[in-house]
Amino acid sequence: MLGKLTWDAIPFDQPIPLFASAIVILVVIGTVAFVTLKGWVPYLWREWITSVDHKRLGSMYFLLGLVMLVRGFIDALMMRSQLALAAGDSHGYLPPEHYDQIFSAHGTIMIFFVAMPMVIGLMNFAVPLQLGVRDVAFPVLNSVSFWLTASGVLLVNISLVVGEFAKTGWVAYPPLSELAYSPGVGVDYYLWGLQISGVGTLLTGINFTTTILKLRAPGMGYGRMPVFCWTALASNLLIVAAFPILTATFAMLLLDRYLGFHFFTNDAGGNAMMYVNLFWAWGHPEVYILVLPAFGVFSEVVATFSGKSLFGYRSMVAATLGICVLSFMVWLHHFFTMGANADVNAFFGVLSMVIAVPTGVKVFNWIFTMYGGKLRFNSPLLWSLGFICTFVIGGMTGVLLAIPPADFVLHNSLFLVAHFHNVIIGGVVFGMMAGYTYWFPKAFGFVLDERLGKASFWCWLIGFYLAFMPLYALGLMGATRRMEHYNETQWQPLMIVAFIGALVILTGILCTILQLVVSIRGREARRDRTGDPWDGRTLEWSIASPPPPWNFSELPHVEGTDAYWGMKQAGRRAEAQPRFTPIHLPRNSSVGIAIAFFASFGGFAMVWHIWWLAIVGLIGVTVSALVHGWIIDREFEVPIEEIVAFERQRLLERP
Amino acid sequence: MSVVDTFTRPGEAKGEIPFSERGPASIESVAGFGFWLFLLSDVVMFSALFAAYAVLSNHTAGGPDGAKLFDRGFVLLETMCLLLSSFTCGLMALAIERKSAPATYLWAAVTFALGAAFLGLEISEFLRMIGEGASPTRSAFLSAFFTLVGTHGLHVTLGLFWLLAMMAQVATLGFLPIVVRRLLCFTLFWHALDIVWVGVFTIVYLGGLA
Repeated sequence: MLGKLTWDAIPFDQPIPLFASAIVILVVIGTVAFVTLKGWVPYLWREWITSVDHKRLGSMYFLLGLVMLVRGFIDALMMRSQLALAAGDSHGYLPPEHYDQIFSAHGTIMIFFVAMPMVIGLMNFAVPLQLGVRDVAFPVLNSVSFWLTASGVLLVNISLVVGEFAKTGWVAYPPLSELAYSPGVGVDYYLWGLQISGVGTLLTGINFTTTILKLRAPGMGYGRMPVFCWTALASNLLIVAAFPILTATFAMLLLDRYLGFHFFTNDAGGNAMMYVNLFWAWGHPEVYILVLPAFGVFSEVVATFSGKSLFGYRSMVAATLGICVLSFMVWLHHFFTMGANADVNAFFGVLSMVIAVPTGVKVFNWIFTMYGGKLRFNSPLLWSLGFICTFVIGGMTGVLLAIPPADFVLHNSLFLVAHFHNVIIGGVVFGMMAGYTYWFPKAFGFVLDERLGKASFWCWLIGFYLAFMPLYALGLMGATRRMEHYNETQWQPLMIVAFIGALVILTGILCTILQLVVSIRGREARRDRTGDPWDGRTLEWSIASPPPPWNFSELPHVEGTDAYWGMKQAGRRAEAQPRFTPIHLPRNSSVGIAIAFFASFGGFAMVWHIWWLAIVGLIGVTVSALVHGWIIDREFEVPIEEIVAFERQRLLERP
Repeated sequence: MSVVDTFTRPGEAKGEIPFSERGPASIESVAGFGFWLFLLSDVVMFSALFAAYAVLSNHTAGGPDGAKLFDRGFVLLETMCLLLSSFTCGLMALAIERKSAPATYLWAAVTFALGAAFLGLEISEFLRMIGEGASPTRSAFLSAFFTLVGTHGLHVTLGLFWLLAMMAQVATLGFLPIVVRRLLCFTLFWHALDIVWVGVFTIVYLGGLA
């Protein structure tokens, strides 16, 4: 009846997971009870859960990413504190099998459920606004994507309470991840969670590629698109081209585990290295799926806060698309030690170094944009400056690792761990924080507290260097990744410094949370009625903050790059009587939450081999989609009077 | 309204304003384009399975290989069913263009029957192989074979269910623009499965028998 699920799945004998699960359950129950008692459920259902508005979905994606950042960071703190303790005779406080789950969960969560939702959240919010249109190509599909991502998040977090998570690292290499060596449900949680959220990500990729290529305001040719939209296009093209590889690879591993196939097993002709190749054929493009939109944010922020148009627009676009193509040609550098011959390794080593060229072009473009500009050091620009310094260091250690002989020495060491945190934190996290502080006033109509924002930045920056520079040194001294104990006691001082760095980053995260709370409480005082708090250059700053559900009361006509800047320079057009027409907007839809609801049960059932429930889940997903297919009345009309009233009110409130 | 017309906007060939600056495209264009992207992503997924098959096709682990298992005539029959169903699917698209419900049902039924025949033949081939001890658990080659061919079969199965749902839509909703758009997406899907099958036929069956 319940498959493999028994009371043994609850970790009664392990105090740490049990305590953590209890807190998570209490927080979830508390939140649900609070929301219900306050009578907010109908509001949440109407305005958020069933919303198909790209701005709402973008906010929910980003919030999901922030919440999971806390979860992933607790994992990081546990690892750093364990390693600060577990030298020589001391074995710290985490047993190996628990430590293995922690680093696996940390990587999985940070990549799939922090970085991805944040990146997709910013794209959701900003891309249609920058393109000057009213929504994405497929608004309902957008909601389905979000809720499938949330379903994956749910599954991975359930593993904390019921059963276990993978102990294989976030890459789940076979043969370790095969049934013979990982008989528990941990790898299954990993696989089903990522398969479900992966479908959501693929649909996002299709949705945004279509949006950017097909829906743009009149006059916005490709040469006039904001750079963030270009990077979003590149990122979504990569999603469409790369995520199906991950789906196929995980499907093969699932067949091995569930039906005894032999894709990656040691026996019967399986080939474990094929998994590694396929995984990174997705995995390396994934790196650029994450970082290209961050580059786009920096391009917007640097131009805006320098008061200049971006230096080298065309070279920036060319560099973006160059990286997009090259990202598919370097996957083997993740495993030079596989044993391919010297020519193969040399080819991939050289191509990996070649990627540094377009990236370097971008860095110089940002620097030349600032050169001669009137810089305003608001926190988005601080994040960008911190990014440029930090990312360049990470890029250079990457070029070091791209040399196969050097990689043979540094492979799987803490040097590698320091390198990829250097580029992911310095690139993606800083980019997301820059984008968050930059677009927050547009999304909610009030600016975030600057003092706490800057405090958060300095904590992250200093904390990052404290936490990861020692790891470079430790890696060169021979410390490997994924170890929970070491005998070399002379490593301990550096490990303690790294732990202190993690604590400083923790302070930064707390500053961000505090910033949100303080800003919301004082929102009336920090209200922005102009809609353009940063003296922006792109179309999203031309409309009210927060934007109306229809974004643009009248579709803008784009005359060049930096469309809104151009409008401001030319002075507002003399004919103050815009010609409004009724606007058609998509109706709310509950199909997203319904599909995700059944997919969550289906995924859980597959993890625990509860076959009847899996069938129920599959039927539920199918029926939800079919019911949606028969809903024909999908749009409603916003009358002209409502649009006129909105615009009149905005003019009155404008300072 | 042929497939080509559906994805071309009126006045596109005139070209006074550059193509990329004309503002948001029509819903037909957007929906069709999105579905093309989905098909491309599906092809990428198949290419990963093809790659796995290529790597593992000689890893028979002492078990039977393709030359021993595949029956050229049988596969040709399967192929004919599928290719013919693509042709009748095209005839269905013409019927949709004329908004003729009876002709649409007729060609949909023929397409369904041919698709189901293909699927039946494939399942009987699978069962025969498993009966001969050549199950997917026997060797890495057979794992890759069953997964690649089976994934294509799964797509055909989903396509059949989709076709049924679409006929129910035509019956209940008629040829609404949204229904026509979906029908055209279905025909694209069905033709794409043909293209994948041509790859399967060439690489798996002809390659295995060579």
